[in-house]
Amino acid sequence: MKVYLDNNATTPVAPEVMDEMAGAMKIFGNPSSLHQFGVRARHIVEEARSRLAAALGCSEEEIIFTSGGTESDNLAIRGALKNTEKRHIITSAVEHHAVHNTFNELGKQGYELSRIGVDSNGVLVAGELERALREDTALVSVMLANNETGAVQPVREIVPLIRETSPGAVIHTDAVQAFGKLDFNVKDLGVDLLSVSAHKINGPKGAGALYIRKGVKVKHLVSGGHHERNIRPGTENVAGIAGLGKAAELAVPLKAGVIEKMKSLKQRLIEGVREKVDNIRVNGDPENTLCNTVNISFNNVEGESVIMMLDMEGIAVSTGSACTSGSLEPSHVLKAMGVDPVAAQGSIRFSMGKYTTEEEIEYLLEQLPPVILRLRKMSPLEG
Amino acid sequence: MEEYSSKVMEHFRDPRNVGTIENPDGVGHVGNPVCGDIMELYIKVNEKEIIEDARFKTFGCGAAIATSSMVTEIIKGKSVKEAEKVSNQTVAEALGGLPKVKMHCSVLAEEALRKAIEDYRKRKNT
Ligand SMILES: Cc1ncc(COP(=O)(O)O)c(C=O)c1O
Ligand code: FES
Repeated sequence: MKVYLDNNATTPVAPEVMDEMAGAMKIFGNPSSLHQFGVRARHIVEEARSRLAAALGCSEEEIIFTSGGTESDNLAIRGALKNTEKRHIITSAVEHHAVHNTFNELGKQGYELSRIGVDSNGVLVAGELERALREDTALVSVMLANNETGAVQPVREIVPLIRETSPGAVIHTDAVQAFGKLDFNVKDLGVDLLSVSAHKINGPKGAGALYIRKGVKVKHLVSGGHHERNIRPGTENVAGIAGLGKAAELAVPLKAGVIEKMKSLKQRLIEGVREKVDNIRVNGDPENTLCNTVNISFNNVEGESVIMMLDMEGIAVSTGSACTSGSLEPSHVLKAMGVDPVAAQGSIRFSMGKYTTEEEIEYLLEQLPPVILRLRKMSPLEG
Repeated sequence: MEEYSSKVMEHFRDPRNVGTIENPDGVGHVGNPVCGDIMELYIKVNEKEIIEDARFKTFGCGAAIATSSMVTEIIKGKSVKEAEKVSNQTVAEALGGLPKVKMHCSVLAEEALRKAIEDYRKRKNT
């Protein structure tokens, strides 16, 4: 049996998305050209824009297509800072590397950073944010949901707080993991900038978008032509954009039925592991994490060997973020939550997708306990 | 990440000599400062200074488990003197190589071996 439980790393492309992209690839014109070839390609790009706008609850002019979540995050943060003299910026301690490392680099360039901590469930400490906000704060970036634990951040709640103390600050949220798994719309959230990525919602890799609230200024990071309202020059990735549009459209009904299904699978997964394996810790409050994400520390075993053993049984899971695999540093997210370093080393992320079935979860629950048992027998940390 | 060799996978899937030895003649306990992984190596040495048995316990990645397993295989039957010459390179080569980011894991095995032999000598001389 093959069981893919690493949907926070990436998702399988939906067949409807493949069809849409195959169709789009036949339309080879340049969307900027005035002739029919160009017009047909432009039509595909604009259709995708309106689908994505509908899914996010904004208007078409507020969407800029990019090469993915990483670029959207960079464009949002660096592009917004190009329009201000203010040098104080705020983020959380648990951001994805796309935001985390962007802030690190800005820090080296002389920006003044405030990194807001999280509680033991990985949720931003709002009081700490309140204390960090200043009149001259230029930008605040707090993700909507975390990729490693699924913890949902109180973005809607902190927006009024920020507006009051730091009226000039631009507010960005990385919604790459939240999109399609959390019911939200950008107007409700009240943020200025919001990043999404196609490959986390059963779309293609290398396609994403940035929502830019009307009136908010973001400057391009690379120079070129007039594409995407001068904000993101370069001939559009027409097929990728078509795939993102279709995936976004499919993600809307996903919000209703599939979220409920995933929630019950998540509950079964947690209960099952608790029942069959002792000495574990569920990281994050299951009531306040994404419907598809479960992060568990298995004490006294090391994550990579768990992944490898499950892989031999056809089960794909991960430790923290995919970008961290191959790196030796423990997850900055679990560290910020105060998870003991040894326990963090044995942390596994299970992330379900819209195609995950009950049978697959039962299969996992059969295969996992003997793997942990075997590794614990090998572990010098077990008495 | 770079893929593991088939030899690494073989030892990971079916590690040799897992466990401890009762009344060992030497024990090496090391932690890897790079990643926090831990290895324990137990050896039983006969009066001819031949390593009769070697066992390990490891809390670590796939490469750490495979190198632990391989090092016990390599030293079993060797004299303490010969075993002393076994380096992390020897172990990594015997495994058909390791991905670059995983070379430090083989150092764990080498150090556990050194410590176990050191411990053996100390016990013998007291
Ligand atoms: C929260 C979050 N932000 C950003 C990204 C980066 O997106 P992309 O892979 O499209 O660059 C990811 C996924 O890797 C993510 O999980
Ligand atoms: S990563 Fe720690 S020993 Fe391999």
